[in-house]
Amino acid sequence: MPLSLLSAPEFSQHVVNGLTLGAIYALIALGYTMVYGILKFINFAHGEVLMAGTYAALFLYDAARMSLPAPVAFALAVAAGMAASAFLGVAVERLAYRPLRNAPRLAPLLSAIGVSIILSNLAAVFFGTKSRRFEYPFDNTAWNLGGVSVTPHQVLVFAVAIVLMAALKVFVDFTRTGKAMRATSENLPAASLMGIDTERIIMLTFAVGSALAAAAGILIAMEYKVYPTMGSLAGMKAFIAAVLGGIGSVEGAMLGGVVLGLLETLAVALLGIPEGLKDTIAFGVLILILLFRPQGILGRNFREKV
Amino acid sequence: MASYALLLLVYTGIYAILAIGLNLIAGTTGLLSLCQAAFFGVGAYTTAILTSTFHWDFVSALGASVALSALIGLVIGLPTLRLKGDYLAIATLGFGQIVQNVIINWDSVTRGSRGISDIPPMKLFGLTLTQSDKGPFAALIWSFVLLSFLLMRRFNRSRLGRALEAIREDPVAAAAMGIDVPLYETLAFTLGSAFAGLAGWLWASYNQSVAPETFGFMLSVLVLCMVVLGGMGNPAGVLIGAVVISVASELPRLLGLSSVIPAQWNQVLFGLILVLAMVFRPQGILARRKPDFERSAERSAGEASE
Repeated sequence: MPLSLLSAPEFSQHVVNGLTLGAIYALIALGYTMVYGILKFINFAHGEVLMAGTYAALFLYDAARMSLPAPVAFALAVAAGMAASAFLGVAVERLAYRPLRNAPRLAPLLSAIGVSIILSNLAAVFFGTKSRRFEYPFDNTAWNLGGVSVTPHQVLVFAVAIVLMAALKVFVDFTRTGKAMRATSENLPAASLMGIDTERIIMLTFAVGSALAAAAGILIAMEYKVYPTMGSLAGMKAFIAAVLGGIGSVEGAMLGGVVLGLLETLAVALLGIPEGLKDTIAFGVLILILLFRPQGILGRNFREKV
Repeated sequence: MASYALLLLVYTGIYAILAIGLNLIAGTTGLLSLCQAAFFGVGAYTTAILTSTFHWDFVSALGASVALSALIGLVIGLPTLRLKGDYLAIATLGFGQIVQNVIINWDSVTRGSRGISDIPPMKLFGLTLTQSDKGPFAALIWSFVLLSFLLMRRFNRSRLGRALEAIREDPVAAAAMGIDVPLYETLAFTLGSAFAGLAGWLWASYNQSVAPETFGFMLSVLVLCMVVLGGMGNPAGVLIGAVVISVASELPRLLGLSSVIPAQWNQVLFGLILVLAMVFRPQGILARRKPDFERSAERSAGEASE
């Protein structure tokens, strides 16, 4: 068994790497799950909104780095990237999804596929297909913690993921607007009858989900560069994570992201699955989940009504 | 110029067959499938491998390609058709990725990312056709298009076709009317894949080479665009959709503008077509022709309300 070939530090190393990947999936998955919870449709363009926000952050960062200290420039870039994504997410919602609110269920999905193609190809036209570096704002030399190497980038990923997810959880659970959001997700017409401005809540949902995605995009970019199609695979994986955790559930998306990240990393390390088939694992997981537990790990079991 | 027009005719014909197959799945039965390109790939690779490595004749290769694509359609359809709507779309997207991944990684059989480029010239009815015989190829391909089109027109009016339409309109009501919904859905999926197998055979025979990147998600979307734009469920509309999309994608090259307009603008155009079609004309250029009884029912309903 290859399992026995891994020493404890090696295993811990894979767990740390898997958790890093998972935290990023979780951040992106939140956008899918929140939108699905309210509108019951897959925002296929989510990955491309992530890509656009990452480009915005990259441009600002490269410009600001000239005159400002790197950490300040980086913080500014993250804020700008998240704002740009939020704006784009809301714009896409208004132009491509809102007119289809009462259309057959597949119409918004097809429209979203269209938006995703438009955005990734526009990025290729305007920013070029060559991938660009997103420089670390710090020295990314790994620390050795008892045989496990942890990079400052990984620490940043955990810190950003924990802060943003905790903030989201507090917002959704304890604020008035968060309560309205939960009510809208529970039952949109009823929430509307209770005086909640559901269109405003939908806009807010897109803004928050897109901003989280941009943060994840920037974290990805430092490790794997920025390019026009960077959003599609990351988006796909995050969607799988959302389904795995239970689509529509905020906690589910967080859990699903972490589980998928660990699963992918450990499958390659423990079972010796070739890197080329790594993405196949995620899609295989998706299909198995859909077949045997479509409501996901934390999802509520909903029955279809006639 | 004339040879270029013939080339356009060849490709449009192959796309039209793909679209006719997808129309049966997505248009008539209402199952949104995003892996038509995968079945196309299975058909093309079957022909490529059988004729180059195993020296099969092209007629037997046609049978094998159609049969294998249908079989893979059946294998994929059996588990995934338990899913509905956008879940089905995502599962088929996952399967499409897996098929392309397998083609790229199964080096010993498919020669990986290099593709297969030693397919012999097609021998059919005592004729030998190479890639330069565009006229005969166009004639061959369009006779298959015509055949498929007539077949589908008959099919839609048959008992089976009406059962599939009933499933699209309301699966629960269809089941209550005694239609075995899973059986019929699987049948539609398998038949639609068989058409993709036929298209794959034509593609491999004409190009005398196959490469994995042809059979990606983008092609599935392109074919879906044809079906949606032309009019879901209407074979004549789908034909129009196939012509419009094929011409639109080749137009810059036709006008000698490919150096001025990057290929990405084409893709932007397809994205726009999807979004605009959904927002302004979800029924497509030619809406599905309603059966006579349905129209007379609407007329009497209109009279009753006056």
